[in-house]
Amino acid sequence: MSEFVDQPAVSFRQGTDTLLRRRLLNAKVFRTVCMLLTYSSLAVLGVLMGSVLWSSLSRLAPDFLTNHYSMNPVRCGILAGLWGSFWLVLLTAAMSIPIGVGSAVYLEEMAADNFLVRLIRINLSNLAGVPSIVYGILGLSAFRPLMISLQTFFDGTRAINVLGLFRVRILHLEIFDGSVLIGAMTMSLVILPIVIIASQEALRAVPSSIRVASLALGATRWQTIWRQVIPAALPGIATGVILAVSRAIGEAAPIMMIGVLTVASMCPGGIETPLQLLQDPISVIAVPFDQFTAMPVEIYDWSKQPDPQDRFTDVAAAGIVVLLGVLLIINAAAMIVRARAGRRIQW
Amino acid sequence: MSDWFSAKKNRRHETVIRTGLFVCAALSVLTTGAIVYVLLSNAVYAPGDKTAFFERVTVTEFLTSTQWKPVEGDRGRFGIWPLLSGTMMVALISSLVSIPAGLGAAIYMTEYAGPRERQFLKPMLELLAGIPSVVFGFFALKFVTPWLLKPVLGLLNLDVSIFNSLSAGIVVGVMVTPLIASLSEDVIRSVPRSLREAAHALGSTKFDVSMKVVVPAALSGILASFLLAFSRAVGETMAVAIAAGGNPVMAMNPLKGSQTMTGFMVHASTGDSAADSISRMSMYAVGITLFLLTLLINLISGWILRRYREEYQ
Repeated sequence: MSEFVDQPAVSFRQGTDTLLRRRLLNAKVFRTVCMLLTYSSLAVLGVLMGSVLWSSLSRLAPDFLTNHYSMNPVRCGILAGLWGSFWLVLLTAAMSIPIGVGSAVYLEEMAADNFLVRLIRINLSNLAGVPSIVYGILGLSAFRPLMISLQTFFDGTRAINVLGLFRVRILHLEIFDGSVLIGAMTMSLVILPIVIIASQEALRAVPSSIRVASLALGATRWQTIWRQVIPAALPGIATGVILAVSRAIGEAAPIMMIGVLTVASMCPGGIETPLQLLQDPISVIAVPFDQFTAMPVEIYDWSKQPDPQDRFTDVAAAGIVVLLGVLLIINAAAMIVRARAGRRIQW
Repeated sequence: MSDWFSAKKNRRHETVIRTGLFVCAALSVLTTGAIVYVLLSNAVYAPGDKTAFFERVTVTEFLTSTQWKPVEGDRGRFGIWPLLSGTMMVALISSLVSIPAGLGAAIYMTEYAGPRERQFLKPMLELLAGIPSVVFGFFALKFVTPWLLKPVLGLLNLDVSIFNSLSAGIVVGVMVTPLIASLSEDVIRSVPRSLREAAHALGSTKFDVSMKVVVPAALSGILASFLLAFSRAVGETMAVAIAAGGNPVMAMNPLKGSQTMTGFMVHASTGDSAADSISRMSMYAVGITLFLLTLLINLISGWILRRYREEYQ
């Protein structure tokens, strides 16, 4: 639609048609205003990135990634948040992806058009608009009591000790308030509508000829879905799911509600390096039940830290750079998936 | 040989799979139910020995009092208006930013930008949409207020607090701009080409075509996107909790701090108050207000979209 150009089709002498000239000027001004508005958003993005990078420079060093929280801004690091966010996202993905993709498959491929299904559809579009902090309330008042009762259960069955495999650790297994599991359950609910809607779109993009052909060759409904439709929609699903999961990394509000640590000098399960994880894989068992903090929560805390010399500003900025770096990597992965799939599949 | 058997087995396990997937899908309804139950059982009527918020505070006080002091005893005041006005102020300021910026971007991308420019603009706007809320809060508190608002408004002899609604509103506006831009772009793009060509043939400039033909034709979708952005701004939490501060006063001055509903909820849940303290319980009352408000706006938005949609063939 950009091939229309606001120029008079015939040349006209100056001053002959002031009305036409005013209208052309109008059009030019409008175009400029629209362009400025568009690029001003991008300019804000640039200024934001620039200012964050600028103030992060003084604190952005390798030891920022390996240090724990410290009252001393020069030594304060993001290690706990990095591991906390990692486990949180891992668990969130493990819960929300199967449920989300499953729901999408049901709604797109299997559901009849009855009252219940219509209710699910309407409910889904409304859930997507619920503020994330409201899910936090649910986590606070539904999942936390659930975990506390689970704790009593574990206390009772402590002696069973799962075949003697998890000797010491399960004995000391304690389910904390604000554990990774509660956080992940809450966060799953936040991103579930996004996962479902993205997967639905990917499934809808698969041409129906694929389904019809498969069914005509004698495949059952589920065989068609599992062997034809899902593989064909997989790149689209993967892209949407990755983007949804990346939302979970940046969200702080819902996990603030469930009582996540804002100041933490421990990582979930005591795992502080990938090497440690390889040496002692059993320690993973304790991770979901341990307390944690996450990168956005730490950034929030640092931003609000009252410091006369404003030195925590730099720490917060460095945290933001790390957070945005992680998000960038994930988004790049999504783009690569999309680009590759686009090359391979041609209907 | 065993074809008939395997087919039967197939069908049986397909019923199981189908049921399992249905349970997944029904989980979202369960979520809504759980949210509503949790909010109601803590705010309106508590089963068991707990007392719900509205069993201690009257609905009249909640809806009419203009003070918010969620403390035990006689000093407690529980009027929603300070929080509601703080929320509305931030959301309105954000709309003042996001509506022109988002609509302008949508018009520019559909009517003016060439394919190559659009291929650059769309991912950039997606990038902006992907930036976490805390980052915007940091930006408002550490950049917009000290480096933009204080110097500029200082020239007019206006006093800007460190925490203020204006900076919060501005960054929330920037945050929701991509939402308006992409939703509006979709509806503007779906306006048929013949309408544009007819207008051009009648001698319209591109300004006339955009503002007098295309935008009116897409108006329902555009308005719906404004409302969705507004509801997003109402529910926005971290940016506002950082930038607007935590002072629940009747917010009339955007240059001073205020507290929003979401800001209060974060504050109340991170505090040390006991689980059944009045400050904790008031969080549920605020939560229910927030839930209903955003739901209402979203429903209106959907209704506008359905009711006033122009169908083109």
